Amino acid sequence: MTATSTHGVTSMHGGNVAVVGAAETTEIGVLPEMSTMQLHAQAAHNALADAGLSPADIDGLATGGPLPMEVSHYLGITPRWVDSTMVGGCSFMLHVRHAAAAIAAGAATTVLITHGESGRSRIGMSRYSGMVTDTASGQFEVPYGSLLPYATFTVPALRFLHDRGMSRTDLAEVVVAQREWAMLNPRAFRRKPITADEVLNSSPPVAYPFTRDMCCVVTDGGGALVMTSAQRTADLASGDRAVYLLGSGEAAESPIMSQMTDLSSFAAFRRSSAEAFATAGLEHDDIDHLMGYDAFAHLPLYILEDLGFVARGESGGFIASGATRPGGSLPMNTNGGGLSYTHTGMYGMFAMQEAIRQLRGEAAAQVPGVRTSFVQGVGMYFAASSSLIFSNQRP
Amino acid sequence: MAGGATPTPTPDTAPFWEAAKEDRLAIQQCRSCDRHYFYPRDYCPHCSSSEVTWHDVAGNGRLVSYIINYRPFPPANPDIPQIIALVELDEGVRMLTNIVGSPAEPDALPLDAPVSVTFEPRGDWKLPMFRLDGAR
Repeated sequence: MTATSTHGVTSMHGGNVAVVGAAETTEIGVLPEMSTMQLHAQAAHNALADAGLSPADIDGLATGGPLPMEVSHYLGITPRWVDSTMVGGCSFMLHVRHAAAAIAAGAATTVLITHGESGRSRIGMSRYSGMVTDTASGQFEVPYGSLLPYATFTVPALRFLHDRGMSRTDLAEVVVAQREWAMLNPRAFRRKPITADEVLNSSPPVAYPFTRDMCCVVTDGGGALVMTSAQRTADLASGDRAVYLLGSGEAAESPIMSQMTDLSSFAAFRRSSAEAFATAGLEHDDIDHLMGYDAFAHLPLYILEDLGFVARGESGGFIASGATRPGGSLPMNTNGGGLSYTHTGMYGMFAMQEAIRQLRGEAAAQVPGVRTSFVQGVGMYFAASSSLIFSNQRP
Repeated sequence: MAGGATPTPTPDTAPFWEAAKEDRLAIQQCRSCDRHYFYPRDYCPHCSSSEVTWHDVAGNGRLVSYIINYRPFPPANPDIPQIIALVELDEGVRMLTNIVGSPAEPDALPLDAPVSVTFEPRGDWKLPMFRLDGAR
């Protein structure tokens, strides 16, 4: 492989760029024997093996958390393109979009995107443990106790429910629907059957209106992706399992919760998803499978409405109807989601991994005939959004 | 006392915190487009003007959303549930705050209830917090 590309700029969308390697760490969950960097490295090697490539084949590296050179040097990679975009949990989804642009423009040929986080055991995580009190959040949220995700991300939810005449039961139904997927997945962290009544009344209260089971699990783990041009997939052993990027969007809003444009609808979800649909040239009916970043149970409700899969106020009824459960019309969060599968602190990588498994026909709870998957991410609570549309077919 | 972290003011936000120390709620207003905004910044986020001014507001508004946090993070007292709320002032700006003077129970905290500012000491500073009108 040459270090420089001679091909002209082409579209980053429309299936011109593909994911050719995808893997999580061998285990996820409780891994006190692994540091954050070990999680990055193992995920990277697993994804490279999946692609049939080695670190020497990689000329672009993107990561969030550690700096790109911490990961590239650890792996013995000499990149000519790096991206350290950090907008929270969906950062790795923005990396996919940025990598597609770089590959289409010839700035990189084969990009590795890594995530690893010792979110539960906190091994090699001291950098992220301080309390900052001089930023916008540090001055106008943290002194009021709005610091950890369950005391921050959750605050607008009552407004969302109130404005629609919905209730806590709608949050509980999200948990129930996703648990049905998790029960089919041996790697899921929470796998016991649960009822809405148990979610509301047996699960310990964390931050009203949220009980523990309405909050994501806290785990250790990692994942990585390898991307290259669709043209090159033919040369790779994994080429017949390639997953193509059809469209994408990203958006940023406020760094603090109080400044959301609208508390009961996330404007960045609306903007980035609209761009993803437009760039893919697809409509809602064309989407077979949906991954919606669910750090807390209100997020799938916002996502279904803000992406336009259902009308305003219909998200709760849609989930309660079983539409997102196994056998439903819009299978959603089919790994069990952040609520039941895994959540290291930044879940975006795991949402993409499940979309790719479904498109390759390799998921634990495989949905028959998935051709398109929409992955919707969120970052830094309601601050950033990423939308990606993948397919197992190049248009 | 529930307690919690103390803010570290910066030059752009210091007028807000200096006012709070004197039991005044000061927010910024743009002289060009007349709109109020929060959090403190040197340029109007609506029209980009640098002709912005500080002034004291009455501190009246309504409760627009909240959580009752049963797991406060130190240095807050982990045994005292916090009401972490979003309040919209009559001037149209929204702030995150704590509700004081009401029990930490949903029945005592109806959305859209009118609220008024109060100031609670914290380290060398005071934090604007809010009280439901009619609460003790």
